[in-house]
Amino acid sequence: MDFLRPADWEEALAAKAAHPTAVPIAGGTDVMVEINFDHRRPEYLLDLNRVGELYEWQTDGPDVRLGAAVPYTRVMEHLRAELPGLALAAHTVGSPQIRNRGSVGGNLGAASPAGDSHPALLAAGADVEVQSVRGTRLIPVEEFYTGVKRNALAPDELIRAVRIRRATGPQQFSKVGTRNAMVIAVCAFGVALHPHGRTIRTGIGSAAPTPVRARVAEEFLAAALEEGGLWESGGAVPPSVAAHFAELAAGACNPIDDVRGSAAYRRRAVAVMARRTLGWVWDEYRHSQGRGARCA
Amino acid sequence: MTFTVNGREQEADDVWEGESLLYVLRERLGLPGSKNACEQGECGSCTVRLDGVPVCACLVAAGQAEGREVVTVEGLAGRSGTAELSVVQQAFVDAGAVQCGFCTPGLLVAADDLLERVPQPSDADIREALSGNLCRCTGYEKILDAVRLAAARTGEGG
Repeated sequence: MDFLRPADWEEALAAKAAHPTAVPIAGGTDVMVEINFDHRRPEYLLDLNRVGELYEWQTDGPDVRLGAAVPYTRVMEHLRAELPGLALAAHTVGSPQIRNRGSVGGNLGAASPAGDSHPALLAAGADVEVQSVRGTRLIPVEEFYTGVKRNALAPDELIRAVRIRRATGPQQFSKVGTRNAMVIAVCAFGVALHPHGRTIRTGIGSAAPTPVRARVAEEFLAAALEEGGLWESGGAVPPSVAAHFAELAAGACNPIDDVRGSAAYRRRAVAVMARRTLGWVWDEYRHSQGRGARCA
Repeated sequence: MTFTVNGREQEADDVWEGESLLYVLRERLGLPGSKNACEQGECGSCTVRLDGVPVCACLVAAGQAEGREVVTVEGLAGRSGTAELSVVQQAFVDAGAVQCGFCTPGLLVAADDLLERVPQPSDADIREALSGNLCRCTGYEKILDAVRLAAARTGEGG
């Protein structure tokens, strides 16, 4: 095995072009596990730790451009206002040690359906910025996941950054696991309100071969809010609407039975998380409009 | 490979760059304080500081540590120039936070980092900071006591 240590991004792209089988490593929280257990013996490891650009982020546009290797800890500390859903999701990743090394770029590279970032990215709206010596592509995050642990990267491409829509409304994230730390999601749910466009976006993790949006649920809820004039009135979401939203979210799942949970449990849990997180974001929206009774 | 361990420049020979930093520390440099258990970042017993940041040494490739600065549990004592235990280490002894001792090095490094960042941590801060370190003996209560004790002593000293 050869260890490639590019000093900057240009060198990293050149190395990936010359050695398309090279496995990129940044935080190592996925790749090193596979190497330690001999599940993987890559011909080349491409170390990205010295590529400083990957650890930077920019917040001056409508999107936050998050460098691929920015650790989750930084997202929690610095981007909570711009990316509240992702910051919440980041906080559920592993442990402090893991969050100090792991990154959204790594989550996307691994493309595990259980990756904690995915529901938040899907709900916020994001494009994955991938580059090669041939040029740059922006891939909508929904199209980035192509199968279980498969993504849309070409062999010579690397993830440079993720461009995530800056939040214009409340966002929430919820995850089911056996404890509050060091847990791979049994399933997870993210929701974001986009008040300007009067849309709702969602993301479901670990309940289908890839992370998915619950599009039918999104459309149903948008129509129901519009019809009830709830964006203007700040009125409560009727329980029947919330219940149907939850049902449609569960319907977007295509889960399996595995060691972490059964398919039936996952569907049920996604429905519960969808209803709860909708309650949380809608309450926050109403209060931001100066309406609705605040309850303890 | 060459890197700094506990303030001293170290050279390790015959390192395969895909092996873990933990393996280099234990098997090539004879620093067995950092423990090898899960090898997948679940247990925290290999916690070290890499350029000041707590990480699982089992998940850092040796090649990634080239030229960087690592502090292991062996680097905690004697920082004041004497052989004295650090405040956190002494508090673990005094509070009875050590049973079999396997998880202790990782917990010490994590707790030491916490108190450096947050000198007077709340219980929630302590639980969060130690959430990546598993202990199968103590039930954690004595460990929490030890960190509270270390924080109190640090406060007195300051």
